[in-house]
Order: sequence, then structure tokens, then C-alpha cells
Amino acid sequence: MAQVQATKFKNPVVNWIDSRLPIFTMLDHEYNHYPMPRNVNYLWAFGAIAGIMLVIMIATGLFLAMQYSSHTSLAFNSVERIMRDVNYGWLLRYVHANGASMFFIAVYIHMFRGMYYGSYKAPREILWILGVIIFLVMMGTAFMGYVLPWGQMSFWGATVITNLFSAFPIVGDPIVTLLWGGFSVDNPTLNRFFALHFLLPFVLLGLVILHTAALHVCGSNNPLGIEPKGPQDTVPFNPYVTVKDGFAVVIFMIIYAVFVFFMPNYMGHPDNYIPANPLVTPAHIVPEWYFLPFYAMLRAIPDKLGGVLAMFGSIALLAFLPWLDRSKIRSCKFRPIYRQFFWILAIDALILGYAGAMPAEGSWLLIARIGTAYYFFHFLILLPLLGKLERPSQLPNSISESVLKGGGGIAAGAHAKPMEKA
Amino acid sequence: MRALKTAILSAALALGIAGAAQASEGVHIPKQSWAHSGIFGTIDKAAAQRGFQIYKEVCSACHSMHLVPIRTLAGIGFKEDELKALAAGYEVQAGPNDAGEMFMRPGIPADHFPSPFPNDQAARVANNGALPPDLSLMAKARVGGEDYLYAFLTGFEEPPPGVHIMDGMNYNKVFPGHQVGMPNILQPDGVTFADGTKATVEQQAHDVATFLTFVAEPHLDARKQMGVKVILFLLVLAGLMYAAKRKLWSTLH
Repeated sequence: MAQVQATKFKNPVVNWIDSRLPIFTMLDHEYNHYPMPRNVNYLWAFGAIAGIMLVIMIATGLFLAMQYSSHTSLAFNSVERIMRDVNYGWLLRYVHANGASMFFIAVYIHMFRGMYYGSYKAPREILWILGVIIFLVMMGTAFMGYVLPWGQMSFWGATVITNLFSAFPIVGDPIVTLLWGGFSVDNPTLNRFFALHFLLPFVLLGLVILHTAALHVCGSNNPLGIEPKGPQDTVPFNPYVTVKDGFAVVIFMIIYAVFVFFMPNYMGHPDNYIPANPLVTPAHIVPEWYFLPFYAMLRAIPDKLGGVLAMFGSIALLAFLPWLDRSKIRSCKFRPIYRQFFWILAIDALILGYAGAMPAEGSWLLIARIGTAYYFFHFLILLPLLGKLERPSQLPNSISESVLKGGGGIAAGAHAKPMEKA
Repeated sequence: MRALKTAILSAALALGIAGAAQASEGVHIPKQSWAHSGIFGTIDKAAAQRGFQIYKEVCSACHSMHLVPIRTLAGIGFKEDELKALAAGYEVQAGPNDAGEMFMRPGIPADHFPSPFPNDQAARVANNGALPPDLSLMAKARVGGEDYLYAFLTGFEEPPPGVHIMDGMNYNKVFPGHQVGMPNILQPDGVTFADGTKATVEQQAHDVATFLTFVAEPHLDARKQMGVKVILFLLVLAGLMYAAKRKLWSTLH
């Protein structure tokens, strides 16, 4: 972005503004001419999809907040008022509630895509770490959002998760008191969770802007994991990738709409339609599905502090991925052994998710323990070792050679100096 | 204090606030056929009206439905004058008046359905310690939804040999723990339907479950109808986007 040079626009008003504040030049540069590797597949659309989900969540959340009351005696009924009496309130709430799940689906696919194609490797380490921070803030935001309707799962989920912090010695209890705003989950807790749930999405927005800025410094990775070598290897972002991403977004929206309109409570829990009652504990306290693998790790360790450390550690570990993976080759396409272990890790995550939904006893506990052990084994032992032991297959010379079998034409309107980004 | 807490806890548990226990106990909830299920399904208004009659004549003696305004029934075909007449049949507390006193007035359609007891404690005293849960969201607040409600309402039977039922409790084959404070309330011909439908227990259970689905989700029909339009629009848009993408990218090869 540093090398922005004023572009000449047709519209004189745009030109007037641009010569004083070059936002149009910047947008033109970053979104019209931004060179995308021509071989990116549809998995590369999930970054854009996640960004759109964030905008949808902020937009619907804003209007829900106008009708919601963050007091324990009013919260549940105010949500029901939104569902019954506010014009299209049911639509806003179902779009928002299912939107959280769809946001996580997009982000999980986005993360696994990054892991499969080695998108975290140099020079994209900070880009990846920003992504891990976005994921963490997202989890916090989603958790606090689930507390707001003040149903049974809201209340008991809040109780279980905030209590985790009490596992830390010395600082633990003061942290919990601070989170609660008192000595149990109560009205002050709900109030501060609402305030934070309103704030954090804007923090997320800022992080997403940084994430995108970091991306546009080194450019997008691609399925081959090799850098573009010239304009024959890339296409300008607009219109090629905007149209391709646009198609992917519409398909994603169709799946989203199926949930919103035909099974809006499928991903929720019936207990959350029962008002919060501190005297009655639900038979099984289950978090939302997107937390289940981490919940399984938490319960797999017989020690409370150990479980909490395992859960937070499993996420913190991701930030060190660029250094744990010692292989110079990015894409799994050229890593025959790692490719298999990648899929084992993906299956491990699914198994952990299923175990997290089951009662922590008997064989499910054992499965969760093996799954947790494997998760850490994968990142801490397997990845560093594979980088040394594995013999990668032959990398192609260039993207265009691999994709077009002997090079192809340069895309119409391709950037004059594509190398400045690569 | 401790004894009181235990009593409240066990009563509340017995009343099935722990609906989730269902899944782990492995009680099978058979699926029923509902007019409102499926993509194009809409609430069966005649059934919901019969269900409302049962709610009014039977359920509402113990169960509140305090999140639901009376005007909601316009969604199952009640006309404005019918709603006004229906609402006027309820006594609603209002006030204070100029003398600073609360008074009773006839209800209007904007009023919510009045609760049978002034508070939870009064409800417990009148019901052997058990709290009859509010019905506003019952169809969404139990695993199995309306299928569970049907199975529950038709699930009262004599306890199997060897099962001891506590005093004042009843055996229900689908209720978590099988002991429930609510008695087997639906009787054959316990109500007389104006439309001539025979009031078997199964018919009543089906109608009440339909009605409770409607009050839990009054915009169900509008939601599904909008969903069909939204998805049709998105499918056409997806087709156009794909065609545009194909055409554009074909110039690259």
C-alpha cells in the first residue's frame, strides 16, 4: 500500500477526492488489480465468505440490540418479543443465530485450507497469527452472544466456561470475580457480556482489515504452494476472482438459507428455550457445536488446570504452526506423507467434536483422551519430524506451466507490474 | 433452607426441565405426521383451533402461556370480533386507578393470556409441589418438539411391575425418569369439538401439539413461504453467476 500512485479516474469528483485522499486509488490497486494466482480453487473463497458473514452478523446484531434488554429479568422475554412482535424480528434473530454457526463453518474451512496448502509458511507467518487471533476473538464473541438470550444453556454454559478461569492458581479467582461482576453468574455478568458482545465484532473488523493488509503484502497462496513468477501466473482480482467468489458466496447463502428458513433451531439446544434457572442444572451442559472439539479436550484431562491448559493450548499451538512445520514445501500436493496425516488430523477433530457432545464417561472419555493426545502429537512431534524425514515430490516450475500444460495467455487487463506483489 | 432447595430441585427435575435427559435414556419418540412439517408445510388452522379449545378448557387450568398475546390467534383464523369476544372473556388486572387501586377489567386482544396462578409458589402449592411449566415455547423447549408433546400426552399408562411411583406422581413412558406430577388429563370425549371431529385422546394430543407449535413459532408459515422465495431467487442467481464465471474464465485458456 506504500507505493500507491494516483490513478486518473473519469469522474472529476472522484479525482478531486482521490488527489487529496487516495482511497479510490487504493481500492483500485488492492481490489481491481490485486494479482491472484490463476490456479486458486473454490476453497480460496472462504476468506471472502467469512468476511461477508462478519458483516451480516454486525448488521443483524445492531438491529437486534435495538430491541434487546440486557437485564436478567427481561432478557429472555425481550428475545421472545423480537421473535413474536418485532417486524421481521424472527428473521433477524434466526439469521443472526444461524449466522454464528455459518461463520464458524466458513472459518474452519478457511483454516483447514490454510493448513492443507501450507499458507502459514514464510512469508505469511503474521498473516496466519492474525488469523489465529481472529479465531480466538470470534470464539469469545460467540460464547458471550450465546449467553444473551438467558436461557438454561446460556446460564449454565456461562457458569461452566467462566469457572474454567478459576483453575489458574492465584489469579484465577480474581479473574472469575471480574468476569462475573460479583460472586456468581448474575445480572452484572449479563450486562458486561452484552457490552463486550457489542464491542468485540468491531475489534474483529479491525483484525480482519489487518489480516487483509498482511495478505496483500505477500499475496495469496495457491494450491501448488509456489510463488507466481509473472503475469502469466496470475489474474487480476476483479473481475476474475470477484465473479468466482461471488458464485461461491451464493452457494454458501443457499445452505445458510436452508438453515434459517427450514431448520432454524437445528444447531441450537432446546434447553435454551427454557428461561435461565440457577436452581436447576440441565442434565447435560453442552456448548454450541463449534466449541465441541475443544470442550472434549477440556474434559479429557482428569485435572481441572490441566484440562484448561490443554484447551487453551490447543488453540495457542496454532499460532506456532509456521515454526512447528519444518518443511520448506507448502502444499500438501507435494508432501505424500503429511497429506495423509493432515486427513487423520481432520478426522481426529471431527471425532473430538462428537466426543464433546457425548457424556464424559466410559468409552467416550477414552476416545476423547486418545483424540486429545493425537492432536498434540500431530503438532508437537509429527510436524517437526516430518519436515526432516519426508521426501517431497517434484515441484512444478511455474503455476502456468502446471495449470495450462505449457503456458497460457496473459489475462486481459492483467497488472502491468505483477511482480511487485509476489 | 437446604430442605427447601432440595424440594424445589427435585420437583423441578421431576417436571422435566431436564428435557435433554431424553437422548441419553434412549426413549424412542415416534415421528408423527404434521401438516406443518416439510418445506411447504403450513399450520393446520382447524387443528390448531381445536388445540386452542383444549388449551382453554383443559390445559389452562394449571399451565400459563404468558409470552403469548391473545391477538396471536389471528394467525390461526380468528377474526377481529371473535378475538375481542374471546379476550373479553378473560379478567385482567389493570391499574392503578386515580384512587391508587388495582382493579380488574375485561381483556382486550393485546393482552397476554392470563396465568392460572399469581406466582410460581402458588402454582406449586396447588399442584402437590410441582410447577406446571409455561406452554408458550413448549414445542421448542423439548428434544423431539411436537413429536415429544404427542408422545408425552398419549404416554400415560400403568407403571410396569416393580416400578414404584411416589405419592401424587404419575407414570409416563416417555417422560425423563418416567415420574411426572401431571396426571393423565386428556380423556376420550373430554372436550366437544364444534366442527364435529371425534375427540379421541390421540386426536386431542395431535391438536394440542399443533396448537403449541403455532404459539411457539407464530411466524412459521411466513418463514417457510419466504424461505421458498429466497432459495428460488438464490438458485437463479447462482446459475447466472456460474454462467458469468464460465464465460469470463474461458478467455484465460
